Amino acid sequence: MIDVISSLLIVSGLGFYLAGSVGLLRLPDLYSRLHALTKADNLGLGLLTAGLILQAQDLFIAIKLTLIWLAVLAASAASAHLIAQHARRRETRT
Amino acid sequence: MNTTAVLVFDILLVLSLLSLAVATLATRDAHRSVILFMAFGLVLALAWGRLMAPDVALAEAAIGAGLSGALLLAAVREQPRQTLTADTNAVHSGNDAGLKVILQSVATLLCVGLAATLSWALAHALQSAPSNALAQAVQENLATSGVSNPVTAVLLNFRAYDTLLELAVLLTAILGIFALGPARPGYRSAGPVFDSLAHWLVPVLILTAGYLLWVGAQAPGGAFQAGAILAAAGVVLQLSGQRTLGLPQERTLHIVIAAGVGMFLLVGLSLLFLGRPFLGYPPAWASALILLIETAAMLAIAATLALAFLGGRPQSPRLNATGEKPAALSTGTLRAAMHPVRSGTDADTNSGYRNSSNEQKQ
Repeated sequence: MIDVISSLLIVSGLGFYLAGSVGLLRLPDLYSRLHALTKADNLGLGLLTAGLILQAQDLFIAIKLTLIWLAVLAASAASAHLIAQHARRRETRT
Repeated sequence: MNTTAVLVFDILLVLSLLSLAVATLATRDAHRSVILFMAFGLVLALAWGRLMAPDVALAEAAIGAGLSGALLLAAVREQPRQTLTADTNAVHSGNDAGLKVILQSVATLLCVGLAATLSWALAHALQSAPSNALAQAVQENLATSGVSNPVTAVLLNFRAYDTLLELAVLLTAILGIFALGPARPGYRSAGPVFDSLAHWLVPVLILTAGYLLWVGAQAPGGAFQAGAILAAAGVVLQLSGQRTLGLPQERTLHIVIAAGVGMFLLVGLSLLFLGRPFLGYPPAWASALILLIETAAMLAIAATLALAFLGGRPQSPRLNATGEKPAALSTGTLRAAMHPVRSGTDADTNSGYRNSSNEQKQ
């Protein structure tokens, strides 16, 4: 039962990654590409982590996985913000 | 685990490594090339993980992809875009097109020779029977090494000499970096979001470095990985406008840089004095001595890598102490001339959100 739930979570997480990658390649401008990318980082990795936590041997590994997810969340949010800010400033300058 | 699935994964890994390598070399845009190189490093770390070498995977991800990537990006930032194509065009139109052809053919010949030698070595390695005599020898003597992680046992005990010389190489690199003269003015803060990220990321990085150093005794980790993480904290600090990268002042900095080699020599010579071989730790002390050397080595490695990112001798602290930092002064006066009204508040705080935009090219 746990295996089924965890596979479902992982597969749906991969779905977000696929959508994010397709969006990164196909969407027209930088802002919408960033939008697609952060969905993969946040939700995709979150679902993936949730699926892996169900498979974790002990609580320590589960906590480590959660910490990794939180670190990536913070890093991706900040870097998306920086890229968008840079692009916005370049737009307003020209 | 299903072996075919694993095989498919490995083949995909190798294919993406090869295509990333080709793309990195084929790209004309230096920026894009660096980003591809970092992606290559991350996939390579994954490959090391698949080869059951988590120590190397950690080092590759932290140093090969992370810090080298940051270094290369900083180097690319120094020069205008499209230099690659501009240069090749200039050479084509110039008189030395013949020289270029000769150089290219010599380089091609050398590359072919190297590839042939490597393929011969690979074929040789594949044909000879797999031998794990070395691994066995390490396992047999692991109990006396003071640590239970075989990689650390080799690096800091059985082959401590090699590690000492590696640290000496890093020390020599620092001399080269110092020879470049004073470091360029640093970056300006990118705004409150990055600053608050740095604010909690730097302590977490320091904690992670300490954890990696400590855990290196019995699990993947150690001085090199921990030093790289610590250096990454320095890079984050510099990107958020901290010009000293958290490095200590001049004299302390010199001590920290020399700490790795110094501690190694101190321990080795003391043992020699006590009648033991150079770096031949007594088993009872080995654990403590290794931790001592690794701590010093981590600090030295972190300082070396951070200084490499800084790209020169840090600005003299005395100049900082007497008033404003020299470079901040020049940009400050420049902007004071441009925005006379706002200059008073902006010149000394680097966190001005609106006008921290395009000063980075200074």
